Amino acid sequence: MRFNVFTPPHLRPPASVSAMMREVLLALVPGIAAAAGFFGIGVLVNILVATVVAVGAEVVMLRLRARPVSVFINDYSAVVTGVLLGIALPPLAPWWLPALGSAFAIVFGKHLYGGLGYNPFNPAMVGYVVLLISFPREMTLWLPPAGVGDGPVGAGEALTRIFTGSLPPGTELDAVSMATPLDTIKTQLGMARTLGEIQAGPLFGAIAGRGWQWINMLFLLGGAWLIYRRVIDWRIPAGVLGALAAMALVFWAADPDLRPGPVFHLFSGAAMLGAFFIATDPVSAATTPRGRLVYAAGIGVLVYVIRTWGGYPDGVAFAVLLMNMAAPLIDTYTKPRVFGQ
Amino acid sequence: MTRALRDFPGGIQLAGNKGESTSRPSMTAPLPRRVVIPLDQHIGEPARPVVKPGQRVRTGELIGSPEGYLSAGVHASITGEVEAVEERPVPHPSGLPALCVVIAGDGTDEWIPAAAQQTDAMSRGALRRRLREAGIVGLGGAAFPTAVKVNTGPESAVEQLILNGAECEPYISCDEMLMRERAGAVVDGALLLMRALDTRQCLIGVEDNKPEAIETLSAAISTIAAEGVEVVPVPTRYPGGGEKQLIYTLTGKEVPSHGLPADVGVVCQNVGTAAAVHDALRHGRPLVERYVTITGPGVAGPGNVRARIGTPMHELIALCGGYTGDPDRLIMGGPMMGFGLSDDDLPVVKGTNCLLVTTETRFPRPDQAMPCIRCGACTEVCPAGLLPQQLYWHARAKDLDRVRDYDLFDCIECGACAYVCPSHIPLVQYYRFAKSEVRAQEEERHRADIARQRYELRQARLEREQREREEKRQRKKAALREKEKSTEDRKAAVQAALQRKRGEAGTSSQDTSASQDDDG
Repeated sequence: MRFNVFTPPHLRPPASVSAMMREVLLALVPGIAAAAGFFGIGVLVNILVATVVAVGAEVVMLRLRARPVSVFINDYSAVVTGVLLGIALPPLAPWWLPALGSAFAIVFGKHLYGGLGYNPFNPAMVGYVVLLISFPREMTLWLPPAGVGDGPVGAGEALTRIFTGSLPPGTELDAVSMATPLDTIKTQLGMARTLGEIQAGPLFGAIAGRGWQWINMLFLLGGAWLIYRRVIDWRIPAGVLGALAAMALVFWAADPDLRPGPVFHLFSGAAMLGAFFIATDPVSAATTPRGRLVYAAGIGVLVYVIRTWGGYPDGVAFAVLLMNMAAPLIDTYTKPRVFGQ
Repeated sequence: MTRALRDFPGGIQLAGNKGESTSRPSMTAPLPRRVVIPLDQHIGEPARPVVKPGQRVRTGELIGSPEGYLSAGVHASITGEVEAVEERPVPHPSGLPALCVVIAGDGTDEWIPAAAQQTDAMSRGALRRRLREAGIVGLGGAAFPTAVKVNTGPESAVEQLILNGAECEPYISCDEMLMRERAGAVVDGALLLMRALDTRQCLIGVEDNKPEAIETLSAAISTIAAEGVEVVPVPTRYPGGGEKQLIYTLTGKEVPSHGLPADVGVVCQNVGTAAAVHDALRHGRPLVERYVTITGPGVAGPGNVRARIGTPMHELIALCGGYTGDPDRLIMGGPMMGFGLSDDDLPVVKGTNCLLVTTETRFPRPDQAMPCIRCGACTEVCPAGLLPQQLYWHARAKDLDRVRDYDLFDCIECGACAYVCPSHIPLVQYYRFAKSEVRAQEEERHRADIARQRYELRQARLEREQREREEKRQRKKAALREKEKSTEDRKAAVQAALQRKRGEAGTSSQDTSASQDDDG
């Protein structure tokens, strides 16, 4: 009797790229739900627009590059890029902002380097940084979270602003927008106020910014689940958050009136999202076990440096891209010890 | 009696699937009517055939004599007439045919008379010689000649003998059944190997998913009062039965990269090999039979069979109820490291530990490989501490210097990396390819070196000869000139004498001498 011959191992691998990406999406749900709860429908519109454009751009690029479209669409990597970029954008951003960022992320950040597995930079962060540099005003237009002042604008007003570019008559953009807690601290410290005075404001909650602290906690929850499921390596979030906390601790201890403490930093801005979902993009991260700790710690330090002394209120995107650049070098110098050597 | 065990790096948990083939005792396969016995069943030089077609051979008779140091004897596994000594397809990953002895059995199974075995009086060298003649090779699958493995040389003292009964690959259970049914032979074989190695300690490592085997071995040890032999249950984790991994688990010693277990004072043998050593040394029976696991979703009644070497595989599968469902692959070995065979007509060889028949439902065809996303899952599971994903990049790019930098040759090809890869990349294939490329390159370099040396030597010789010829010529020339000079001198002297004479006789003869010169 004749048999078919295949190469070993013959057992079917239990994991797949597609399943990993779907688990990442699932783990993002609680954080997204919290963000939508605090900042309104704009959060979801951003994610939707960014995702649709990301998948569309993926299809076009796969066709142009003559790659099997269905195989690569089903890996869900374009969806993850779109969703991550969408989450990162301010909730009143005009519709073309997520569209443009997402298209740039997929076309320039991913496919021009060779597609899945070949991009040296995190595509979502490439898209984000392009928007941040090109449209600084649109990109810093945040809303007050629910429970602060009047809260975010209603769904109707938000949708009008997103799709027509202007608010309904009688509503002023300045009146509905509000800086993020990180932004507030940065500008008000510049006005010679102490941290205690700033944090007494309505924008601040028990441990960090109102709304933001919950969003961060839920991203932490989703991230912990990913570690438990072994989708992401614990070393990366541990390195990012550890280094960020350590930096915050040192400078807070030196000057508590001027520098927020570690807890504030960990639960502000994109700290948890960045640590568990962005820095962990395996393609653009370091790959050796020790290398990942170094890479992640670099991100943590850079986030603190940019937040504290840089020109932007938050620094996750820049920190990730800078460390992406260093990843190959880090890998070279952190080869694990070979058994028997 | 607990021993501190060490955790080797990496590794994976796999479903054992051994229960199917261990539920009933092993069967002895009926004598095959015809056997095909390859002369190249072991690592090293193939044995040289010592029988001719038409010749009658008895069971256990030598049909292939070991050639060179790294070799082992091959024996008739049934009684009958040699039909042919010719190339036949054999179960080997290369798929290439090899020289085989074909024996048509007469059904008598007449054994060669067992020589009186005075093993207690035998020297270590004599024991090794006997193992070599008896064709004993490693029965774990690699079939490395045992006589060579136990010859560790005078400078390396062996602290421990380790018997490998881990059997970490799923589905395979031949070692387990052997340990359960022939524990006495295993333990006695261990004692004999300890003698051959001149060591006092033997650890038998058995994965803790085989409690019956552990129990029977312990019982056998106390029955024979085997001093220094100890059964150690080890955690069930693939590839815990890898030689280097098991040695580390049991002793904490790391076999050096590019080194041998003997470098750290350890020799590792399979439990089946130990039983074969017992058979050879105590009963004078060469290796003509082994335990083979017949299992998998494509076999109706999985089980273990004691089969003669050279038996066609389909006879053993028929013995286990034949095929069921839709058999898709026939694998020799386990599902992680075993290789696919295209035909069940092939003979069982010394390295055939398991025949696994799969169906497409339980073992689906491999998916299309996706690009590597550098997730690092392979690094986490690699028992050799390598960076499989970096090796893959460099192997793909055929960057042979870089693959060596990343210690390609420390890869044991266990397949753990490929198993966990979410992109379903056949990583092991890339490593095998790169290894063969590197070997080919080294071979090429070696050949080039030899050719260059030969060329240089030839050049040197030619130059030397040229020089010698030149010198000879110079010497000749000088000698000639010397001679000429002396004749000239003589001529001149004669001339002078003549002149003097003519001077005395007058000046008229001057013209004569001039005309003489013109003639000359």
